[in-house]
Amino acid sequence: MPPSHLSHWGLLITGDPLIYGADASIVLATVAIIFVLTKYKKWGWLWREWLTTVDHKKIGIMYLIAAVLMLFRAGVDAELMRTQLALPNLHVLGPEHYDQIFTTHGTIMLLFMAMPFIFALMNIAVPLQIGARDVAFPFLNAISFWVFFFAAMLLNISFVIGGSPDAGWTSYAPLAGAGFDTGPGENFYLLSLQITGIGSLATGINFLATIFKMRAPGMKLMKMPLFTWSIVATSILIIYAFPALTVVLTLLLIDRIAGAHFFTIAAGGNPMMYINMFWIWGHPEVYILILPAFGVFSEIAATFSRKAVFGYKSMVFSLLLISLISYFVWAHHFFTMGAGAGVNSFFAVASMLVGIPTGVKIFNWLFTMFHGRIRIKMPMLWMLAFIPCFTMGGMTGVMLAAAPADYQYHNSYFLIAHFHQVLIGGTLFGMLAAMYYWWPKMFGFMLNEYWGKWAFWLFNIGFYVCFEPQYILGLMGMQRRMYTYPKGMGWTDLNFISTIGAYIMGIGFLVLVWDIVYSIKYGERDLTGDPWDGRTLEWSLPSPAPHYNFAVIPTITHRDHWWELKQTGRQDELKIHEQDIRPIHMPKNSGKPFLIGLSFFVVGWGFVFEWYILAVLGLLAIFVMMFMRSAEQHPDYHIPVEEVVHTETALGRL
Amino acid sequence: MRQRKKAKRAAAYLAVSAGAALLLSGCGSQYQVLDPAGPVAKTELHLIVMSALLMLIVIIPVLILFFYILYRYRDKPNNTAPYEPNHQDSKVLEIVWWGIPILIVAILGAYTIKTTFILTKPPTNTTPITVEVTSMDWKWLFQYPGSHIATVNYLDVPVGVPIQFVLTSNAPMNSFWVPRLGGQEYTMPGMAMRLWLQASYPGKYYGHGANFTGRGFSHTTFYVYAKPMPQFKQWVQSVKASAKPLTMTEYKKLNVPGIVGNLTFSSYPKNVFYNTVMNDGGKYMSSTMDSMMAIGKKASTSNMSGMPGMSNTSGSSK
Repeated sequence: MPPSHLSHWGLLITGDPLIYGADASIVLATVAIIFVLTKYKKWGWLWREWLTTVDHKKIGIMYLIAAVLMLFRAGVDAELMRTQLALPNLHVLGPEHYDQIFTTHGTIMLLFMAMPFIFALMNIAVPLQIGARDVAFPFLNAISFWVFFFAAMLLNISFVIGGSPDAGWTSYAPLAGAGFDTGPGENFYLLSLQITGIGSLATGINFLATIFKMRAPGMKLMKMPLFTWSIVATSILIIYAFPALTVVLTLLLIDRIAGAHFFTIAAGGNPMMYINMFWIWGHPEVYILILPAFGVFSEIAATFSRKAVFGYKSMVFSLLLISLISYFVWAHHFFTMGAGAGVNSFFAVASMLVGIPTGVKIFNWLFTMFHGRIRIKMPMLWMLAFIPCFTMGGMTGVMLAAAPADYQYHNSYFLIAHFHQVLIGGTLFGMLAAMYYWWPKMFGFMLNEYWGKWAFWLFNIGFYVCFEPQYILGLMGMQRRMYTYPKGMGWTDLNFISTIGAYIMGIGFLVLVWDIVYSIKYGERDLTGDPWDGRTLEWSLPSPAPHYNFAVIPTITHRDHWWELKQTGRQDELKIHEQDIRPIHMPKNSGKPFLIGLSFFVVGWGFVFEWYILAVLGLLAIFVMMFMRSAEQHPDYHIPVEEVVHTETALGRL
Repeated sequence: MRQRKKAKRAAAYLAVSAGAALLLSGCGSQYQVLDPAGPVAKTELHLIVMSALLMLIVIIPVLILFFYILYRYRDKPNNTAPYEPNHQDSKVLEIVWWGIPILIVAILGAYTIKTTFILTKPPTNTTPITVEVTSMDWKWLFQYPGSHIATVNYLDVPVGVPIQFVLTSNAPMNSFWVPRLGGQEYTMPGMAMRLWLQASYPGKYYGHGANFTGRGFSHTTFYVYAKPMPQFKQWVQSVKASAKPLTMTEYKKLNVPGIVGNLTFSSYPKNVFYNTVMNDGGKYMSSTMDSMMAIGKKASTSNMSGMPGMSNTSGSSK
C-alpha cells in the first residue's frame, strides 16, 4: 500500500484541507515577515544583529524563539491527535495523516522544542554564571544554532512538500525501511535529525570546554552554580550519546537510499540492532532533557526560598550518578523484545537505581525550602508544580522499570501518560520556570505575573485532566499510536476527558504567548539587574548584560558569590573601576554559520529526494566555507577601553 | 516457614484487592490489566500492585512534607517559622534519604528478578499446547502445530492449559498482547520468540497488536476464546471437518497488506511457519528453530487429532 501522497504533477501534497491550510499559513507568514522587514527597513538590522551574531546571549534568544514556535507547531499536532481520539470511530484524520502527526509531534517536541529550549538556557545563563565573556567556541556555537534551525525547517516543510515521516518518532526498522515506507517522508526524519545532531554534539563539546576552561578566577568546580553543574552532566551525556544516533541514522539512510541491508534481517542485517542503537542514544537523551531542568530547579528553589541549596555535594554527586547510570538502562525500552530473563533483570534493576539519586534530589529541594522564606513568583510557581507532578511521574517510572510488569504497560497509554508526566512535568515545567526566571536577564523586562498565573493554572489543570486518565486507559488495554478505537471498550469517557484536558493546555499555551506579547508592551522594566534577589553571578550584571558581559572579570571567593556579597554588604567588590578596564578580546560576527546552516539544508534536501548533485553542491559549499574560515586572519577584535567605559557609564555602572 | 509464606500470600492478596478496588470501582473486566483471567496476568498484577505500594511509601510522605513546608515557610510578614538561610547540610538527613530509596529498590529489584525468572517457565505443570503466531500487515495468523489447523484474527484455547505462543512476523515488528491473560511480547521477522500464557476461566479475551505497524495498525485486533477442554477438542474437530485448507496461494494472498475478518482453516502448508522464520533470516534462532522443526515433524507425521504435548517446555532444546 503506497503511503506516499506525491501527486502526479509534483512534490506538493494536494487533496487535504489541513495541508492547504498549512500551505496558506506558510505563504501568509512568509509574506508578512518580508513585508514588515522591508517596510521598516530591517533587513540590514536582521543580518547584522541576529543572523551573523556569535554572541551567546543572542543565540540563546534565537533558540528560545525557535523553541516556542516549535512548541506551537508540535502542540497543534497534539491537539489534532486528541481531537481525533475524543470519540470512537472519528474521522477527523485518516490513518495516514494521524501517523504523520504523531511522528512529527514526538520528533519535534523532543529534538526541535525541548533540545533548543535547553540550548537557549545554556547559552543565556552558563557564561554569565561562570564569569565568562562568551562560550569557548563562539563561531561553532553559531553553527550549532543554524544547523538546528535549518534542520527544523527541513522537517517542518515535509508536511506540505513530499509528506511527513510516519513511522513514529522512534522510526523503528524495518517499518521505516524502504521496503515498507516508500516516499521521502522518512528521509526527512533521518536527514533533519542527522543535521540537528551535528549541532547538538558541537554544543555539548562547546559547553564542556567553556565550563572547564573559562570560569572566572576562584570559581572552583565545587563553587559552581548547580545549573552550570547540570550542564556539565548534560554535555557529557551529549558527547557520548549523540554519536550513537549519528551512526544509526546514517545506517538507516544508507539502507533506504543505497539499498543496503543493515536492518533487513533477510539479507543478514538485524532490525534489533536499530532498536538497540537508537535507545543507546535515546535513553541518555532523556536525561539530557531532564538534567538541565534539575539545575534550573536548584537555582530557583534556593533563590525563592532565600536559602542556600540543601546538600550541594549530594546534588552534584546525584547529577553525575544519574548521567552515569543512564548509559546502563537503554534496554528497558524493549523488555518485550525477548532478551533473556538475566538481561531483563539487569536493566530492570539499573532503571530502578536511577530513582535513587532522583529521589535524593527531590528531598534536597524540599529541604532547601525547609526553614526558608518561600516567595511564590512565577519561576517558583512552576518549580512548585514540578515537585508533585514529577514525583508521580517518577513513581510510574519505577513501576515501568519492573520488567515483567512492563509486559503489561509497554506501548500502552500507561507508558504515554508516564513519559508525558516526566517530560512535561519535568522538562517543560523546568524550561518555563527558567524562561520566567532569566527573562529579565535576556530582555531587561519582567514577564507579567497576572497573565503568567492564568497560563500556569490553565496549563497545569489541563495537564492533569489530559494525562491522568491515560494511565487508566493503558490499564484498560488501549495501545498507543491507534488512530481510532471502537466503541464498547470502555475507553470513550476517559479519552473524551483527556481531550478536554489537551484543549485546556492549549488555551494555557495561548495565554502564555499572550503574557509574552503583553509584557513586551507593558512589562515592568528591570533596572537593577537583580529582580529576584538572586544568588549567582549573572544577577550582578545589568539586564540585559552588555555584549562583553563582564567589563572586568570578577574573582570568586564563595559559592553563591553574589548572594554572599549582598549578605555581607560587600557588593562594591564587584563595582568596576575605570583603571581596571582593559581592551576586551571578542569574536567578530560572521555570516558563515548562517550560510553553513543553509548549505546543510540544501544537502538535506538533496538526500531526501535523492537529487545527489544538489547534495554534493551543498557539501561543497560547506567545505568552502570551512576552508575560508580557516584562512581568516582576524576572526577576532578588541573592544577599546573608551567604548567599554562609555557603555558602562551609560548603564550607570561607572 | 509455611506460616510466613501464608502471611506473605495473604498480604499480597490484600494488596492486590486494595489496589484493584482503588481503580476498579465496580467496572470489572474493562480494566483489563487489573482483572487477570490467567496465572501470568495475575503474577504480573502482583508485581504492579507491589511496586505501586512500595512507591507510595515514599510518595505520600514526600507530598505531605511538600505541602507542609510550602504552607509553613511562606514568606509572610509575621511568619513565626524559623528562618536559617545557611541551613544546608545534615549528614543524618542525607543518609536517611539515600538509605530509604536504596532499601526500596533492593526489595522491588529482588521481587522483580524473581518474577522475571518465574515467567519464563510455563505457569502450571499441565501438558502445554503450542500456538504459532504470525503477525502480518494487518492481521494475525494462528497455527496449531498439534492439530494442524489455523485461524486468522481469533483463536480458541483450552482453559487451564499452558499455551506456548511462538511468535514471528511476516511484516514489520508487532507485539502480541492479550492483557487479561498476560503481558506482551514482540513479533519480529526472522525470529521465533516464546511467550507463556494460560486462561483460568472460559471467556472472550481482547487482544491487539501493541507495536505500531503502519496504516492498518489500529485494526490489528483479535480475540482469544478460552473454553473447557472438551469444547475445545470439539471445536478442533469441527474445524478439521468443515473448514477449507489454507493453501500456499491463499497464504500469500493473506500476506498482502490489508484488513480481513475472522478466518478458519482445516490445515496449512507444511512448515509454513518455519519457512517464514527462516526466509526472513532465522539464523539467529537456530536452536529454537530446531525444536520448532521437531514439533512440526512430529505433528505432521503423527497427524494427531488430539493434543500433542511438547517435549521441551522452556527455552530452547539445546
